[in-house]
Amino acid sequence: MGNTSSMLTQYDIEEVQSHCKGIFSQREIISLYERFCILDRSGKGFILEDEFMAVPEFALNPLAQRLLRILEGVNFKEFVLLLSAFSPRASFKEKMEFIFKVYDSDGDGKVTTSDILGVLRDLSGSFLTEKQREQVVIQALDQAGFSSGCMLTYEDFVKVLVKANLKMEVEVPVD
Amino acid sequence: MGIQRTGVKVSNQLRDSSLFRPSQSEVDLYQHDMEDFLLDSAAEPAAPHQNKLLLCDLLDISGVLSEAASAIVDDSFTRCFKSNIPEPWNWNIYLLPLWCLGVIVRYCILFPVRVLLLTVGWIIFLGAFIPVHFILRKHDHMRRKIERGLVEFICSVFVASWTGVVKYHGPRPSRRPRQVFVANHTSMIDFIILEQMTAFAVIMQKHPGWVGLLQNTVLESLGCIWFNRTESKDRHVVGEKLRKHVIDPESNLLLIFPEGTCVNNEYIVMFKKGAFELDCTVCPVAIKYNKIFVDAFWNSRKQSFTMHLLRLMTSWAVVCDVWYLEPQTIRPNETPIEFAERVRDMIAKRAGIKKVAWDGYLKYYRPSSKLTEKMQQKFAESMLRRLRTKTSDEDLSTSME
Repeated sequence: MGNTSSMLTQYDIEEVQSHCKGIFSQREIISLYERFCILDRSGKGFILEDEFMAVPEFALNPLAQRLLRILEGVNFKEFVLLLSAFSPRASFKEKMEFIFKVYDSDGDGKVTTSDILGVLRDLSGSFLTEKQREQVVIQALDQAGFSSGCMLTYEDFVKVLVKANLKMEVEVPVD
Repeated sequence: MGIQRTGVKVSNQLRDSSLFRPSQSEVDLYQHDMEDFLLDSAAEPAAPHQNKLLLCDLLDISGVLSEAASAIVDDSFTRCFKSNIPEPWNWNIYLLPLWCLGVIVRYCILFPVRVLLLTVGWIIFLGAFIPVHFILRKHDHMRRKIERGLVEFICSVFVASWTGVVKYHGPRPSRRPRQVFVANHTSMIDFIILEQMTAFAVIMQKHPGWVGLLQNTVLESLGCIWFNRTESKDRHVVGEKLRKHVIDPESNLLLIFPEGTCVNNEYIVMFKKGAFELDCTVCPVAIKYNKIFVDAFWNSRKQSFTMHLLRLMTSWAVVCDVWYLEPQTIRPNETPIEFAERVRDMIAKRAGIKKVAWDGYLKYYRPSSKLTEKMQQKFAESMLRRLRTKTSDEDLSTSME
């Protein structure tokens, strides 16, 4: 009974806010907490894969599995930090870090050709052959001056994507 | 956003009691047509015209990621099943005692009176129904008439036991052949509220416990039709029963809840087309509950029907509006699904609830990969197009497999 925000004290909200470097406002954090509690049905304090996949709009996203690897099992503070990359107030650096994390599935700080191929596989499904995918990747890498067997560091990644028109803004509904 | 066919079952953690869950085959049968309908009607966005495939374009997955993040932060499907948590108003030094007084009145005065009323009503009902059912066995017409009256009576008793204030608008349903009533669904009490005015026959799942007992006895005599969710051929069997029912002039008026599941009365999910392909007039009924008094949404995941009824009986009142809308027939160039959408639109407008393009059965199953595949196909096509413009290499003009 009563609002879920009453379970979050002012201290909690401020702690979460400083953890995400002030990107989200306090109202947004309260709203995200309500959402977190709805998704986390059994009130464990973290959200499982099944609970994320119960949102049909998420389940049909081609990159859902990659995002699950990042978001599954984290507590609320981490959840807010991860989602802060999508706030309009997030810096280019924060958005870059998130995209890099999605690509770098083994977490070794380097994005290899096979990492890029993996994401391309998720995005194109069975509609491109493996050979076509390789051609796409090799050609694009070549264009940018990278050889096909190279590994992209975070700095390389930033240098490439600074030219891109990132559409990475999600609004948190506040009532 | 569109309809998805259900494919993979969710794990045990999220599964309801199996009696409430539709079977895979039933779901498959309904989803296929709705899915195609929505995929066709969705507007095709213009393909991007860039020719050169730059690395930055390839690596830029921000759009897809944002769609996923947006779904995590808020999505229209989950909102359909959100119970309304009432704002506590008892946070004051003088409001709190008032609220406590209210609780005492509700639980210690109103509740016992209501239970008493219900018991007396049931005794009268059973005392009349059982004899009539057996004695008048040969005189079918008379028996049905009396049984209808008795069912309407017991439903009125139920409604009184929650202090139901129901305003009916529009002409009362009249007994004519070849018509079917459809309504939006918030809780099983929808049936009781409509039933107190007119003795409908409904399509229902068999429930366990005392509800099941009632179904087998009283509701059976009304001509209710049962779904067996686990049988794959069942849909045809039920379809046949429906058709026979609407033709029979002696049978009771038929009521169907095309959403297939309880939704929280703020939204309305996609209608199943079964009620709309019976070659009958469809009479829409819109029901809207007033949440100030009690939230009548039955969240079958969170509580059993008994608990739900008890909650209603310890609230002040159940206030709702029922609108009987103008009967509709299928237009010459309309498919049953378009007809269903048109009627859904009417009900949504009247009740002031929002339409959502999701299928209610997604509560139990995950969406199928059909829509994901469509997105992947579009992406693959644009990739290939941009590759082809770059070079005339024969390797690249292989078709997409």
